[in-house]
Amino acid sequence: MKNTKHIFKKEFKGYFVSPIAYIVISIFLILTGWFFFSTFFLYNQAELRNFFSLLPLIFSFIIPAITMRLFSEEFNTGSYELTFTLPFSSVDIILGKFLACASFVVIMLLPTVSYGIFISFLGELDWGAVIGSYIGAILLGASFSAIGLFASSLTHNQIIAFIIGMAICFSLTLIDKMLFFLPESALNLFQFLGADFHFQNISRGIIDSRDVFYFISICFVMLYSTHLVIEEGR
Amino acid sequence: MIQVDKLTKYFGATCAVDQISFEVKKGEIVGLLGPNGAGKTTTLRILTCYMQPSSGNVKLKDYNIYDHPLKIKNQIGYLPESAPLYPEMLVYDYLRFVAGVRGLKGEKQFLRIKELALLCGLNEIMHKSIHELSKGYKQRVGLAHAMMSNPEILVLDEPTSGLDPNQISEIREIIKAIGKEKTILLSTHILSEADATCNRVIIINRGKIVADGATEDIKKDTSDEYIVNVSLQFTDFNSVKKSLDAIPEVNEVVLTNSKSDGIEISLKCVNKKDVRPEIYEIIKKNDWPLLEFYKKTKTLEKTFQELTKEF
Repeated sequence: MKNTKHIFKKEFKGYFVSPIAYIVISIFLILTGWFFFSTFFLYNQAELRNFFSLLPLIFSFIIPAITMRLFSEEFNTGSYELTFTLPFSSVDIILGKFLACASFVVIMLLPTVSYGIFISFLGELDWGAVIGSYIGAILLGASFSAIGLFASSLTHNQIIAFIIGMAICFSLTLIDKMLFFLPESALNLFQFLGADFHFQNISRGIIDSRDVFYFISICFVMLYSTHLVIEEGR
Repeated sequence: MIQVDKLTKYFGATCAVDQISFEVKKGEIVGLLGPNGAGKTTTLRILTCYMQPSSGNVKLKDYNIYDHPLKIKNQIGYLPESAPLYPEMLVYDYLRFVAGVRGLKGEKQFLRIKELALLCGLNEIMHKSIHELSKGYKQRVGLAHAMMSNPEILVLDEPTSGLDPNQISEIREIIKAIGKEKTILLSTHILSEADATCNRVIIINRGKIVADGATEDIKKDTSDEYIVNVSLQFTDFNSVKKSLDAIPEVNEVVLTNSKSDGIEISLKCVNKKDVRPEIYEIIKKNDWPLLEFYKKTKTLEKTFQELTKEF
């Protein structure tokens, strides 16, 4: 485990020495900024709720784009052999990559704090809800990072990794919007599976252990699956 | 030092490595030879804990690959085939990363990188991005990577592939120099390389060991046949053939090359007895101008071909 930090540092730096970080952060800020502020003045309310309600959808395709290279590229160039023959265990490698990506999501969210500061000048902003929402956004980002990492471990091809990652993230985001197609008995289960449902709960500023548990278990299940895939490949 | 015991690896239904067992002692430079797809790389990958074998075991000192992969990885410096380094990193950053992982910090790290840069000739490319490097330079960075922690065991998968002749001899010198204190296991299909650097050779074919021994022993001719090559100036082949056929041990006289000013012939001889004195007597008696005269020694190549021939 003590070598996790080397992988973390390498991957995290890797985002910023290549253009990936700047492109992804720009696209993220343009998209959220545009969708949020184009309707913000119509509602005439000093709140960030509309911004946060966008996040699950935007994260669904932005995060797989960040994670798609993590394993696929290494499999493709063969550098994985190098990584794996250095004194790292697969847990070091997976955790290091996961933490690098999750930290990148935090960095990506940082500039949006300025939205809150800007809005607080226009009216009374409920900072409790905003902080709750940010915690939710970080949990959501971490879960989607774990999903993307898992998708990346499945294939040599970055595009396929991206599509698989996006498909899983979108399903989790949209599943609770499809509830009216489902029989009543399955409603609760599918609602509980939806990432958006839990995220919106936290966004209200109420941090319920069930919601936190949901995100942590997604991370755990996905990281563990990645571990199995990696070990199976040996 | 390294003990490989009945190592077997299947990829699906294909058996890449089939019940290989060998032992490498401290201070040996062992060359793993074999045609493409013989299982050299797979064996090395299992040894370095990159892959898990289907069955069998590898022990390194008291550690085995199932229970102590990290301890083994710590003691092995490994250069994978064609040095697949992280393309987006700078050479210096990459070496610092490896040094960090190997537990070198601060001043020690700086000095070690400097030392390796000098040894492997990396000074000019330190601040280049790895994807810009030529294959030879990548290979050198890979070597520096493998030697970073000054490991007791170096495992090199085709260390000189992609290098120019000068670099090849440099790398061989480096390998020989390190080999005085360290144990080195290298794979190659360039036979002259094994001949030049290794003091022991293991030849693998189709996942099985077909020869294992000191380089000299493997080259040693076991058959009774040998060939003597002679090159003569201004001489007629027919008369030469006639005179040399008279020696009973000479089985066949073949004209290998005929030039305007002379001929090159090869004599196939049977029987262990060296007939060179007799041949020389005949040449002297006829006063043929002699340019070259030598017994062809069996090369590693020949042994290799014999052992790995497809039937």
